Parts: sequence; C-alpha cells; structure tokens
Amino acid sequence: MERVITSYIRALRSAGAQVSTAETLDAMNALSLVGYADRSRMRETLGIVLAKSEEDKLIHERLFDQFFVRAETSREETSDGAGDEQNSSDKPQSSEGEGSPDGGASGQGGEDAFFQLARSGDEARISLALEQAAAASGADDIRFRTQTAFFTRRMLEEMGVRQLEERMVERLQNGSPEAQAEADVLAAARAAMQTRAREYVDRLFDVFGRSATEAFLDDVVVNRPIGELSLRDMERMKAVVARMAKRLAIRHSHRRRKRRRGHLDIRRTMRANVRYDGTPFDLIWKEKRRDKPQIVAICDVSGSVAQYVRFLLLLLYALQEGIADLRAFAFSARLMDVGPILKARDFDSAMKTIVRDAGGGSTDYGQALCDLEALDPELIDRRTTVLVLGDGRTNRTDPRLDLFASISDRAKRIVWLCPEPPGMWGSGDSRIPSYQPFCTVLSHCATAQDIERAVDEALAAYG
Amino acid sequence: MTQTSSPPGFAPAITPQGLTSPEAVTSSLASAGYISTRSISTAVYLAHHLRKPVLVEGPAGVGKTDLAQSLSRALEYPLLRLQCYEGLDESKALYEWKYGKQLLYTQILKEKISELIGASDSLDASFRKLAGFQDLFFSRDFLEPRPVLRAMEQTSGSILLIDEIDKTDEEFEALLLEVLSDYQVTVPEIGTLSAQVPPLVFLTSNATRELGDALRRRCLHLHIGFPDAERERLIVRARAPETPDMLLRQLVAFVQAVREENIRKLPSISETVDWARTLLLMHADRLDPDLVRDTLSVILKRQADILDIAAKADQLTRTALETASGPG
Repeated sequence: MERVITSYIRALRSAGAQVSTAETLDAMNALSLVGYADRSRMRETLGIVLAKSEEDKLIHERLFDQFFVRAETSREETSDGAGDEQNSSDKPQSSEGEGSPDGGASGQGGEDAFFQLARSGDEARISLALEQAAAASGADDIRFRTQTAFFTRRMLEEMGVRQLEERMVERLQNGSPEAQAEADVLAAARAAMQTRAREYVDRLFDVFGRSATEAFLDDVVVNRPIGELSLRDMERMKAVVARMAKRLAIRHSHRRRKRRRGHLDIRRTMRANVRYDGTPFDLIWKEKRRDKPQIVAICDVSGSVAQYVRFLLLLLYALQEGIADLRAFAFSARLMDVGPILKARDFDSAMKTIVRDAGGGSTDYGQALCDLEALDPELIDRRTTVLVLGDGRTNRTDPRLDLFASISDRAKRIVWLCPEPPGMWGSGDSRIPSYQPFCTVLSHCATAQDIERAVDEALAAYG
Repeated sequence: MTQTSSPPGFAPAITPQGLTSPEAVTSSLASAGYISTRSISTAVYLAHHLRKPVLVEGPAGVGKTDLAQSLSRALEYPLLRLQCYEGLDESKALYEWKYGKQLLYTQILKEKISELIGASDSLDASFRKLAGFQDLFFSRDFLEPRPVLRAMEQTSGSILLIDEIDKTDEEFEALLLEVLSDYQVTVPEIGTLSAQVPPLVFLTSNATRELGDALRRRCLHLHIGFPDAERERLIVRARAPETPDMLLRQLVAFVQAVREENIRKLPSISETVDWARTLLLMHADRLDPDLVRDTLSVILKRQADILDIAAKADQLTRTALETASGPG
C-alpha cells in the first residue's frame, strides 16, 4: 500500500499540488490510523493531510477517483466510476467470446498466456496483468498525449503479445479456412486487449500526464516572444498572466509598517508608561511606513508594440487591487488615460478601443511627454515608478529629452521596457540611446516572463 | 474500520471517550449541538492521534470557531482563545514578564538586599552577591502566561483556538511555528517550556492573506464550506429547535437558492439560524414573498444584495416552496 500512496503523491505533485516529504510521512501515519477499507474515509484523510490549500483540495478531489479506480476495478463494490469502467470494458470481451469457435482455440492456446488472459474475461486477472505490465513498462512516466500509442504497445509486449502475433502471422500464411478462422479469433483477442491497454494508458495520462502537459505549454507560452504568439496562445496567456499577478502580489504584499529598532518613539513611550509611574518599561519604537507602490505606465500603442502593451496592462491591472496605485496611459501621437476604459469594460474590448483611439497616427514621444506634463504636473513625485513601454522610434520628431530629464529627476525610478533587441537600439529613428541616461533600468523585453521580471523589479523598489 | 494502535513515534496519549474514532467525534460533537461532517470528524480525530494542529479555512460564518468551542464543551476541556489582529506579538500571545510585580518586589526587598550586600566591602564582592539573585526576578513566579503558554501548562488536555490567523503579520506566524510543531515555548531567560499534554490546536482563517507554506505544512488542513440542505436543516434544528418542520424546510431551501445567486456576501449558517429565530418570533409557519422581503435584512448584510434578492423574492420563494414540498 505504501507504494500506492507514494505513487499517488507523485501524481499529486505532477498535477501541481505541493506535497512535502513530511506530509508523505503524515499520510502514512494517518492511513495506518484510519485504515484502508473505507474509501471515502481514505479520501477525506488524504485531503486533510496532503492538500493544504483550496486549489490543492480541488486537485486531490479530481485525482483521487481517477487514481484509485485502477486499484479498485477488481472489487465489485463502491463508486460509480469503477462500476462504469467495468461495464464498458466488459462489452468487447463478451461479444468476442461469443463469436469464437470453441474447438479451434482451445487446442493451440495452451502455452499462450496472453491469449488465455484475453479470453478468460476474468476482470481481476486482467486488471492485475495490466497493472503489472504498466509498472514494468514505466507507463507512469507518460507526459504527453502522443506517447499513448507507444506505452500501449510496450504494455502489450510486456504481456506477451509477440508470441500471439507470430502465431497469427503463421496461421494467415497457412491459408486454409480453419487457419483463417483461428487467425481471426487471435486478432479479435489482440484487439480486445489492445483496447483495454489503451484505456489504461489513457487513464494514466489523465492522472500523471495531463497537468504536466499543461504546465509545459504554459512554460512555452511564457518564454515565447510576444510578437509571435498565436491566437490560441493568447487564451492560455490570460490564465498564465493571472497566475503571474498572484505570484507577484504574494511576494509584494508584505506589511507596510516596519519597526525601526533603535529609534525610540518618545511621546508614545511616555504615554504607555504612565501606569508604571513614568518608569519606561514598555518601549515603543518608531515605525517606518513603506510607501504603497505607485506606478505610472506610459505605453506606446503604435503598430507592433501594441501586442506587448496588452500584456503589460493585463498584468498591471491584475495587480492593481491592493498592491499598487496605477495610472496607465497609452499614446502614439497623443496621450490618453486608459484607466477609465479598462475599468468600465472587459479587457479585450477595452484593448480594442484603446488601440483604435490612441493607436492612429505616427508615434511622437515628445508630444506624449508634453501631454503627460500638461495633464497633471503633480502626477509624478518621489514615490512614483514610471514604466515606459516602447521602442523609442520617434519618427524623427523632437524626443523632448528636457521633459524626460525633468520626469526622471522627480520620479523614484524610470523603468523602460523595449521590445526591440539591443542591437537595434539607435538604428534608424530609434532614440533609445538618448533616453538611456535618464532611465534607472532599460531592458529588452520580448517575452511575458521579461515583463513579469520588470514589474517585479519595479515593485521591489518599495521594499 | 479503525485500528486503535498509535503509529510508531507517538507516545500513547490519554484518549478521551469522544476521540476514539471519527464516529465518536461526530456523536460527541452532536451532544454539544454541533452537526459535524465526515471530514470535520476525521480531521479532529487525526489531530488528536497525530498530534497536529488543524488549520480550518472557509467562508465566514460556517462554524469554524464554533467547532473549537463545541469540542471544548463536548470533551470538557478548557478552551483558550487567542483572537488575532494586526500587530499581535509574543507578549500578548505567548508570555509576558510581570513588570509591575518585579518592580514592587524590588522596592519591598530593597532593604533586605542592601542588608545582604552591606556586609561585603568592595563593589566587586557586592556585585557577585547580587548576581546570585537576578534569577529570582526572571523566574516562573514573574511570568505571566498568555493563551498559548497557558494551553501548554494545562495538565489534563485543552483546546487552543487561534482565531483568524490571517489577520496577523507574517512574523507572528513564524513565532507560532515552534508551538505548532513541538508544543513548546522557549523563554530566553528560563529555557524551554514543553507541554505536558499537547493541546488540540485549531487555527482559523478567512483567507484575507495567503498563509505561509511553513505553517501549512505543520498543520492538517480542513476546509469547511457551506453545508448542503440536509446538514443545514439539522443545524438549524439543533440551534432553533422550535421551528416548525415545514417552515424549516422552506427557509433552508430559500437560503440554499440565495447562495446560488450572484451576490457579494453569501448568507452564512449563523444567518440562517438567526432568520429561523426571527421567523419564529413573528409566528410565521410558512414563507411568503412579503414575509421574505420584510425579513431579508437578517440574512443579507449589504444593501445592494438586499435589493437584488428583493426583486427576485417572488420567484425564489416559489422555488423554495416547491423544493421544500418535494421529497428529500
């Protein structure tokens, strides 16, 4: 049973639940207390000991049945899942059994364990054989749907399908009607077992592989240049960005008050110690308040950069609640405040409007900076991080470095994210090198991961 | 099936009657008026036998705190409760020195001490003499135990309820780790104080903040969600026994339906119980839309929610009446 539990914990981990070694031990201890006989009790016990958050609980609920269906198919009792399994797998078996001429098969089948097994219709024996074959062929390692055929074949070979196939080929070559009939019977037996094995591998994939595949695809999407994302990637990206935001939020949601040992708050100490006749027993230290991150995002939404803006805004808006005060602006020729639109509508339609309204016309960084200053001169102060997302291609207009310098003087930091690789900086009408001296950080950002890193860094400055 | 032998590594503890099996937990909780579920009972049972704290999560008002309170009544264990809030520190949770008493004693003993020291002639000698007395003022006599330490000191079992742990700072969570894994408190001046009988520890959280992995790993995790109609009926019956059967079925069906609606603050079990009591006071024996509209403020606590549901009151009441008259 221990092996089953460790294997189950491996399945939980591959599905993304966090289970530590200590919890594995707890699970063993708990199960030895509760016993293995009552399946729903076992499910609850493992849920209590192993799954320590709501997400993990959901994973556990989903996996437990899938996983323990395998262990239980031989018993007649319990859950619906096991029952259905049995019924559906019985069908091909019985219909095949009826069609086979009795005399033909019994004579040669003696040494052929595989054929015997296929014909026996004994559920317990078949499941056991499948289980053993799966363990021997390492089918637990399945990670991708495309491996199903490979592992099915490996399992069948473990069970001795080779000999059966050899015999089948030999019979077919013989050509006589009896031989032909026997070959048909053998083929049917093989097909039936193949169906069973495939079902088994499919179930393994559900338990071990599916979530690993998902995680892998998420990983790919995060590291793919944003400009090359397909429409399907976009959908996946939304979920990924939501998780990113959650991760960033947890990392940066530390408390905002920090005690400073060594700086006595004299007034509060005196007040607190009145009851001790002024003898200072309770010392009260001064506290330092951390600033809430204030982010002003200025995004170039012309042409190719628009795609990147999408992810930056998606991430920033997911973070906005509780973590940061955010003002976001989009520009190409003129600057526009995108906060109200994003708040009022769902993200996709808001983005469409933003790109339509702000995206027209040729990019003018100077004008945008000018607009920003005119809009609210007090928007940027020493607590503000200015996040600029753009390629710095000014269409040969005045980059207004004077305005940018003054913003840089007032802001806490300026982080510039440039979708173009460093080799392109300064080529043609790119004015990145001119802006560079005023930026605290200037980084090339191509993938969603780069954007996450940049935002992480912007927030970390408020530590 | 349950095995009664403890797993290796755990010294046999005194197991009260109410904790011998998950079923026993259910029935002893029921005797205290708490309607348990299988997973709640299993968690309590495991908590005692594995000697692990239980982290209870779930929406507000589903009986997280009540679980600890009912268990304390059922087992006749003292309940030590620590209400958490931001800025809670060890002097409120673990222990504190009785400064006043220390001060008073030094004043009273002043004469005595100067007599003792008076005999020695040099400063060095008197200092050495004084050094021998220092421990006097930092001993157990001057230690004020706070809930956590007090729970460690109970000799015949106790229940420690650390309520709304998510309201504290992360530092406090770290402070609790020693208590939760080893049932001991280290006082630098005295040493380590271990529990004689490990208390049953319950931590509750409303998930306003993500709790640390270190804390989660040390605890068993129990999630209590909203109950299904049957369990909710049992709970209301236990808490407001005079409710007529038909009304009980109707109001529970109504509340269950309201939880399906898209509202901001879902009605909790305690609000269902309050509603049952309200309807009893009004001598109602069945629901009707007007009655629902008049008393909606008992189960819903936000104006926008009340308006939403009031608009749908007719239809919701009709469905509730149908569900209640049906089987099951």
